[in-house]
Amino acid sequence: MTTIPVTTTPPAVPAVQQPSRTRLVLKRLRPSRMVINIVLGAIALFWLVPTLSMMIISFRPSGLFEVSGWWKVFTAPSQLTLQNYKELFTGGSSTALGGGVPSGLAPGSVLDALRTSLEISIPATILVTAISSLAAYSIVFGRWRGRNAVFLTIVGLMVVPLQVALIPVAALYKDMGSAFGWNPFGTITGVVIFHVAFGLPFGVFLMRNFFTGLPTALIEAGRIDGAGEWTLFRRVVIPLGVAAAASLAIFQFIWVWNDLLVALVFLGGDPHVPLTLFLYDQERTLAANFWIISTGSMVSIVVPLIVFLAFQRHFVRGMLAGAVK
Amino acid sequence: MAVVAVDRQQGFAGRRGLRHGQHHLQSLAFLVPGAVLLLAIVVWPTIATVRYSFYNGTATKAVGLSNYKSLFSTADTLIAFRNNVLWVLVFPFVVTVIGLVFAVLSERIRWATAFKTVIFLPIVFSVTASSLVFTQIFQLDPHIGVMNAIVQTVDDWFNPPGAYPLSAGQTAASLATSGVVAAPHGALETSATVKAGGTVKMGLTGVNPDTLTVLGARQARLPAPFAGAITGLVWRDFSVSNPSNVSGVLPDEDGFPNLHVSLLRSDGSTVASTTTDAFGRFRFSNVGPGTFRVQIQASNFKPSFSGTFWLGPQSLTPTGNLGQTAQALLSVPLIDISMILAYLWIWAGFTMVIVAAGLAALDREALEAAHVDGATEWQTFRRVTIPMLAPVLTVVFVTMVINVLKIFDIVVNLGIDSSQPGGQSSTLASDVYYLGFGGGVHTGLASALAVMLFVLVIPAMLFNLKRISGK
Repeated sequence: MTTIPVTTTPPAVPAVQQPSRTRLVLKRLRPSRMVINIVLGAIALFWLVPTLSMMIISFRPSGLFEVSGWWKVFTAPSQLTLQNYKELFTGGSSTALGGGVPSGLAPGSVLDALRTSLEISIPATILVTAISSLAAYSIVFGRWRGRNAVFLTIVGLMVVPLQVALIPVAALYKDMGSAFGWNPFGTITGVVIFHVAFGLPFGVFLMRNFFTGLPTALIEAGRIDGAGEWTLFRRVVIPLGVAAAASLAIFQFIWVWNDLLVALVFLGGDPHVPLTLFLYDQERTLAANFWIISTGSMVSIVVPLIVFLAFQRHFVRGMLAGAVK
Repeated sequence: MAVVAVDRQQGFAGRRGLRHGQHHLQSLAFLVPGAVLLLAIVVWPTIATVRYSFYNGTATKAVGLSNYKSLFSTADTLIAFRNNVLWVLVFPFVVTVIGLVFAVLSERIRWATAFKTVIFLPIVFSVTASSLVFTQIFQLDPHIGVMNAIVQTVDDWFNPPGAYPLSAGQTAASLATSGVVAAPHGALETSATVKAGGTVKMGLTGVNPDTLTVLGARQARLPAPFAGAITGLVWRDFSVSNPSNVSGVLPDEDGFPNLHVSLLRSDGSTVASTTTDAFGRFRFSNVGPGTFRVQIQASNFKPSFSGTFWLGPQSLTPTGNLGQTAQALLSVPLIDISMILAYLWIWAGFTMVIVAAGLAALDREALEAAHVDGATEWQTFRRVTIPMLAPVLTVVFVTMVINVLKIFDIVVNLGIDSSQPGGQSSTLASDVYYLGFGGGVHTGLASALAVMLFVLVIPAMLFNLKRISGK
């Protein structure tokens, strides 16, 4: 007798409650989700403003810079022009705001700075990746004693502020000049050496973390088969470690590309300067030429932007692995 | 089978024994290039810097601790310490919180990848280029700088400017030309008193003709007297064709439309207020007995917000009356706050991505269990998500502390003058550069500052070592 009401009531209760409950849940969720979408949308727009403004300024006539805000473009799109970019190639002497910035690839021009940035970043990236991989291999697969101590020392060096090395290294470079007739101070080589040395701790750390994930048996088997360490490194470890090396390389490239301080110390006063230093110098010239600052900034942004968008995953992976520099 | 196995093992042992030393040396050789560079460019120079820090400005004579003494006693370096402390106290915490909030919220949207890319992009740009963008954003002139343009828009909304805003350095009194004198608080009033039935003429100059055109001004017309009323005209008392004729209303002179005027009793109390028409005319009807003055209210001339100098050294804390040392330690210059804002724009993407990766790796079951147990969203976030994310948040926080201890690029690019040693936005790292390389070189002091920087990073170094060796 009692089983009948028990079995009949349960279906009745959910049948009445179900719609109202789901509606309640929906009511509670829908607005909050909408609010989150709106808030994040506003934040994303807000985050785009600086980049967008620099882009628009670089496409507006330089004479308008002192006259009105870049947002006037939205009501007067005819203001947009390629003039500033053309002047990168022809020199800036014809602009209303004046300022004879050399054109083309002449020293002191934007394109020369672009080339110098590449001349610094590419070798520094290749060297850091290669030397770090070798060192990490040695630390992970080598048999010598004290490998862990060496690794921890390198981890410790990861946070050393490069400021502590600037003065002695500058002195060292000059001493090398008087001792061997080869002075890296004021040269791209000097900048590259410094970047490579300070990129190594992070590089070794990242590559070591990757190599420890590889099966040691693989190396052992190779050794048994009589392969030399160099062969093992080239034929076994590197093919497996390409992804890690790519992460490191991209991270390092963007890092070096965006450096100002090292270039400022070791290349200051040199006519061939990287883009960051070019912009730094331009900002300090008496009649600041904003057309060159905005277009120069855009040029400096484009290369890392392409690298990042093309290798986004590698970059983020490198960053996640490190997160300490 | 067993025999073969033993045989093989012996074979391996024999081979390994033969080549062991060679492998040993070869793999050690792989370490050499890295070790040489690290020793020559990182380790040895660090030691050399410690040594330099006990030497004089030209590194020729040992001076004991005197560099360190002057670090802690001169206002210039105390400012740098103060700024580093300010950066470390404010920035890592705020950027970690923002990263956490962005990471958590972006889990709820479908376009999370796009959102994250937008927030993350600034990291890829050089701090130098980003700083230059922000020098534009913080421009003083609201017509050029977005920040001040926004403040101006908001300020105009709550506190509207007058129809005739004064330009910089201009006073209302300087507009008075005929029949008008300066009144207190930036207002203007008739130079003579007037009774009911009278008419007043108020001639102004110094207003941009374009302003009048925009307001739809027509040729000035003197209104006729009206019984029981006071009528009047406010007009641009300057004729291009006849500049010497002052106080006469000429055909090429326009009225001042849209001007707020009040009728004042002799005791200064306001009787009535009205607005001029397109011809510059106004009328106060049914005026009682007694003498009156007509006042042009100061609000007509209120200029629009003219911009805050975001990159200026002015302090947000009232330290103006303190001694030099106290001022150096306690001031909070506005430029520091502006730079921190710009730096948040640069780094929020970093903290967001790291925290998001941490979130993705979280144990979803714990979160769901909390939900099932009836915890609200906030409770789940506060009591489950945050504690579980604590290790990631700590790493992010420490990374950002190290980052701002060495803060340099944004400081020298946003505060060109104020980043010089002793400048209000100077930091340890900027002082190391300027004292070490940029004019007025003092190797000893620069080295002592660099050593301080190194000492400050040591706790972070130990944190990393503990974390990594514990893994």
